[in-house]
Amino acid sequence: MEPTNVHDPEYYHKVVDCQYACPAHTPVPEYIRLIAAEKYTEAYMVNWESNVFPGVLGRTCDRPCEPACRRGRVDEEPVAICRLKRVAADNKGDITHLLPKIPTKGNGKRIALIGGGPASLTVARDLAPLGYEIHVFDEQIKGGGMMRSQIPSFRLPESVLDEEVNNILNLGIHQHFKTYVSSLKSVLDDGYDAVFIGTGAPRGRDLSNLPGRAEGQANIHVGIEWLASVAFEHTKQIGKKVIVLGGGNTAMDCCRTSRRLGGEEVKVVVRSPFSEMRASPWEKEDAQHEDIPILDNHVPVSFVSENGKLKGMTFEKVHAVYDEKGKRSLVPTGEPHVFIEADDVLVAIGQENYFPWIERDLGIEFDKWEMPSVNSLTFQSTNEKVFFGGDAALGPKNVITAVAQGHSAAVSIDLYCQGKSLDVRPDPFTNLVSQKMGIHEWSYDSIVTNDDRFVVPQAEKALTLKDRKKEVELGFDKLVGFKEAERCLNCDIQTVFTENRCIECDACMDVCPTDCITFTTNGTEEDLRTRLMAPSLRLDQDLLVSDTLAATGRVMVKDEDVCLHCGLCAERCPTSAWDMQKFFYNTTKAHHGCGQH
Amino acid sequence: MTYIRPTFRHPDLPKNKINFTKKDYEGALSTLCAGCGHDSISGAIAQACFELSVEPHRIAKLSGIGCSSKTPAYFLGNSHGFNSVHGRMPSVATGAYLANRDLLYFGVSGDGDSASIGMGQFVHAIRRNLNMVYLVMNNGCYGLTKGQDSATADNGSKSKAGSVNQFNAIDLVGLSMELGATFVARSFSGDKAQLIPLIKAAIKHPGFAFIDVISPCVTFNNNVGSTKSYDYVREHIEATSTVDFVPIMEEITANYEDSKEITLHDGSALQLQKLHQGWNPEDKLSAMIALQNAKEKGEILTGLVYIEPNTNALHDVLQTAKTPLNILNEDVLCPGIDALEALNESLR
Ligand SMILES: Cc1cc2nc3c(=O)[nH]c(=O)nc-3n(C[C@H](O)[C@H](O)[C@H](O)COP(=O)(O)OP(=O)(O)OC[C@H]3O[C@@H](n4cnc5c(N)ncnc54)[C@H](O)[C@@H]3O)c2cc1C
Ligand SMILES: Cc1ncc(C[n+]2csc(CCOP(=O)(O)OP(=O)(O)O)c2C)c(N)n1
Ligand code: SF4
Ligand code: SF4
Ligand code: SF4
Ligand SMILES: [Mg+2]
Repeated sequence: MEPTNVHDPEYYHKVVDCQYACPAHTPVPEYIRLIAAEKYTEAYMVNWESNVFPGVLGRTCDRPCEPACRRGRVDEEPVAICRLKRVAADNKGDITHLLPKIPTKGNGKRIALIGGGPASLTVARDLAPLGYEIHVFDEQIKGGGMMRSQIPSFRLPESVLDEEVNNILNLGIHQHFKTYVSSLKSVLDDGYDAVFIGTGAPRGRDLSNLPGRAEGQANIHVGIEWLASVAFEHTKQIGKKVIVLGGGNTAMDCCRTSRRLGGEEVKVVVRSPFSEMRASPWEKEDAQHEDIPILDNHVPVSFVSENGKLKGMTFEKVHAVYDEKGKRSLVPTGEPHVFIEADDVLVAIGQENYFPWIERDLGIEFDKWEMPSVNSLTFQSTNEKVFFGGDAALGPKNVITAVAQGHSAAVSIDLYCQGKSLDVRPDPFTNLVSQKMGIHEWSYDSIVTNDDRFVVPQAEKALTLKDRKKEVELGFDKLVGFKEAERCLNCDIQTVFTENRCIECDACMDVCPTDCITFTTNGTEEDLRTRLMAPSLRLDQDLLVSDTLAATGRVMVKDEDVCLHCGLCAERCPTSAWDMQKFFYNTTKAHHGCGQH
Repeated sequence: MTYIRPTFRHPDLPKNKINFTKKDYEGALSTLCAGCGHDSISGAIAQACFELSVEPHRIAKLSGIGCSSKTPAYFLGNSHGFNSVHGRMPSVATGAYLANRDLLYFGVSGDGDSASIGMGQFVHAIRRNLNMVYLVMNNGCYGLTKGQDSATADNGSKSKAGSVNQFNAIDLVGLSMELGATFVARSFSGDKAQLIPLIKAAIKHPGFAFIDVISPCVTFNNNVGSTKSYDYVREHIEATSTVDFVPIMEEITANYEDSKEITLHDGSALQLQKLHQGWNPEDKLSAMIALQNAKEKGEILTGLVYIEPNTNALHDVLQTAKTPLNILNEDVLCPGIDALEALNESLR
C-alpha cells in the first residue's frame, strides 16, 4: 500500500468514529472531556457551535454516533454520547456572553427562511452574525417546527426548547409566526437576496382507501396531526382503547402520548417483524415499559364501525419472507383475521413532503414524486436563489440532519450572496497538537475504564403517565455523568507515527493491548489485512500504513479498528516515533462559531 | 498518567487448541526501558507458548538477576516462577527439574548473569543436560547496574561513555556447543519471525536447549561504535537459514532445493530454507566452522546453529523415577527401615 496521507483531514476525522458519523460532525470527545472536567458551559458551547440544540438533542437525538462508537466494538455498549450532551446542557452556566455578537451594521442582504424548524433556525444562527437580515416565516405560533409540534413534552420539556430556540431568535431575527406562506412567488417578489425553504415533511400518510375509513372518521386520526393538536392543547383526551398503526418513532410517540391522555389499553400494531421496525430500540423499550404491547406482523384489513361509531380494526397475520437479494415480502400466514377493539385509531405510518405553495413556474424542478431537485452538497435548487434544507430537502430524517443541512445551506447562501462559486467550499478547521506533558503524562485521561454503560434513571411511571408534560428521563447526575464520560476512549487523540524515528524495536507492537500495530513487508491492502497481528475484519476501518522503514525495508501497519487510544505505544516508544496528538476538526460553517475555536 | 494497561483486548483474538487467547500468556506491563530488546523477546516467548498451546500452569520460569532476569514478570503471568540469586538460576533449575520432571522449564538469563557471575553454574547445567530452555538476553553489558561491559562485549566495542572494550568476548554459542549442548541457536530480539520458531523448537527439544538472543540495551549500549546496537546488529546479521516450525500432523509445505527439514523428538519439525553454504545443522563440525567463518568475516550468525534431536537428558541418564516427587506418597519416598536394611545388605 501507499503510505497513508495523514495530511488529508478526512483520515484522522474518520478515526473519530462518533464525530464522523454525526451528520453535523460534533466534536464529541472534546465535549466529553470537558464534561469530565466539570466544564459544562464549555462542553455546551462546543455542542452549540456544531449542533445548535444541545439541550434538545441531548434528549431526543437519533444518535447515529452511538452505533458507530468505537467503545461498542470492544465493550458491550457504546458511550452514552447523547445523554452526556444533556449533562452539559443541564449543568451549564449562563451562556449569553458566549453567543455571537450581531453586527450593528448589517451587510445589506435579506434572507427569507420559510418554516421555523431546526433547519431554518440553523441557517438563521449561522448567517445572522455575518450581518444578514433574516426573516423567518412559520404558520405555528412559535419557532421550533416539529421539535415543538411533534416531539412530546415528556421527552422534551417546552422550557428546554424555548431556551434554545430563543437563543437564535434573539440574534435579531425578524419573526413572522402564525404566517402561512401560500406562495413562494410572492416571497421572491419581495426582493430577498436568497430564500431558504425549511418547511419539513408536514403531511402524515393516511389509510384513505382502507375499508371503513370514512365511517370511522371521527375516531381515526393521522398521527402527526394528532400529536400537533395535543402539543398545541387542542386535543386533551383519547378513548380508553387505542390502536396505533405504524412502527416508527411517530407511532411510539403516539402510543405513549395516548397513555397520558386516558388511553388504558393502547396497542401498537405494525406490519413488519418487531426487529425490523423503524423505531429506535430505546423508543420501543420505553413504549413497552409503559405497558404498551407491540403486535408485529399484522397488516390492516379494515376499520370496523357499528352504528357510525368505530369499534376496532381487523388485521391479517403475515410473516416475512426474503428473496435471495434480501428483499422482504410479507406473506399471509393463512390464519383467520384478527379483530382488535378500539375507541380511537392513530395512523402513524409515515410522513410526506407537500409543496402546493410553490408555483411550478419559478425554475424549481420537481421530480415525479413531487420532490424538488436539490443539490445534496450545496442544497441549492434549480432556481439559484432558492435553497432547501432539513426534511423539505431530501425527505424526512431527524433534527441533527436538519441542522447539518442548515449549516451547509448557510455556507452556500453566504457564498451565493457574495457572488462566489458554491463548489469551492471553505475547508474545515483542523488542528493536530501533541498531548505529551512528560514521562507517563498526557494532557488527556488515557486510562481506559472498565465501567459498563450507565443507565439513565427515569421518573416513576405512576407520575409520568398522569402528566403528559412530566419528563420521563431524569438525566445523569454529575457523578454518573463523569463516570460515563470516562468511558470515552478519546478517539480524537490520534496515534501519529513518524517513520524516520522508528528503530524497529517492536515495543509498540508488543505493548498494544488490542494488537493494532504490525511491522511487516508491504503488500496490497487485501493481502496486508491477512497478515496483521490480529484479524482485520472491519474493512470500513482504515489501515495507517507508514513509508518503508530504513532498517528492514518493512512498513508499520496500524489497523485503526479497535485502537483504544490508550497511548501505550507512544509511552513505550524509545524514540517518540509514536506520539499522541489531539485532532480537532470543525466542519465548515458560514460563521466562525462561539469564538472559542 | 498512563502506564496502566487496559483490560480490553482485540474482540476477534484467535484461540489456541486449549481455548486460550494470547491474553492468557501475558504478564505484567514491563518496567524496563522503552525500546529494550528484552521486551521483544518476552513477547516472542509468550507468543511461542500460545502457539504451542502450552498450558501456562505447566511452565516454570527461572531466572537470576538483571534486567533480563526480571522479564519473567512480564510474560506468562499464569505460570510458576523463581527469581533466584545472581548467576544461580542453573542450580535452582537443577533442583526443580530433579524434583518435578513434568514441568516445562524456561530459564531466562543475561550475559552478565550467565557469562560472568554465573559462568560456573551455566556450564554445569549444559554438561548435565537439564531438559530446559536456556535463553540468554544478550546485550553485551550489565544493563541493570547501568551498562558496564559484560563478558560478551566484543573486543573493540565502544561503550556509551566512549571507552573501548579490550577483552575478547565469550561466545556463549560456541561454548555451549563445545560443552555438548544438543540444541544451540542464536537470534536477534528484532527478528521475531526467526525467534518464535526457534523458541518453539527449543521447547520441544528433550534436553538442554540454548538460545543466545542479541538484545540491544537502548539506554546503555545502543550507541554508535557498540556492536550490540540495533543498527550494528541489523547491518551484520547473517542467518544460517530461515526457520519454520511445523507442528505435528501438519504438512510440510513446498520443499525447495536449498532446504532441509529436521524432525524433532515429538514428531513436529523444523523446516529450514536458504541454507548457509557448507552448513549442516546436524553436523557439529560444519556448525563450528560456520560459526568461525562468520566471526572472521565480522558477521553475526543467527538462526539454528546445531541440533541433535535425540538426546538423553539428566533424568534419563540417572534413570530416576518417572513420577514427580510431589505426587509420590510418603511410603514410596520414605520406604522405612526394612528397605534401608535391604539396600545396605545389597551393598555389603
Ligand atoms: C412524531 C415525531 C417525533 C419525532 N421525534 C424526533 C426525535 O426524537 N428526534 C429527532 O431527531 N427527530 C425527530 N423527529 C423528526 C424531526 O422532528 C424532523 O426531522 C425535524 O424537525 C425536521 O426539521 P425541519 O427544520 O426540516 O422541519 P420541521 O421541524 O418539520 O419544521 C418545518 C416548519 O415549517 C412550517 N411550515 C411548513 N410549511 C409552511 C408554510 N408553507 N408556511 C409557513 N410555515 C410552514 C411548519 O409549521 C414547521 O414549523 C420526529 C418527527 C415526528 C413526526
Ligand atoms: C551477587 C551479586 N553481585 C552483583 C550484583 C549486581 N548486579 C545486578 S544485575 C548485574 C548484571 C546483570 O547483567 P546481565 O545479566 O547482563 O543483565 P542485563 O541487566 O544486562 O539484562 C549485576 C552485576 C548482584 N545483584 N548480585
Ligand atoms: S469512544 Fe468516545 S471518541 Fe471514541 S467513538 Fe466513542 S464517544 Fe467517540
Ligand atoms: S493507543 Fe497505541 S497502544 Fe493503545 S490501543 Fe492504540 S495503537 Fe494500541
Ligand atoms: S516503539 Fe517506537 S521505535 Fe520501537 S518499533 Fe514502535 S515505533 Fe518503532
Ligand atoms: Mg546484559
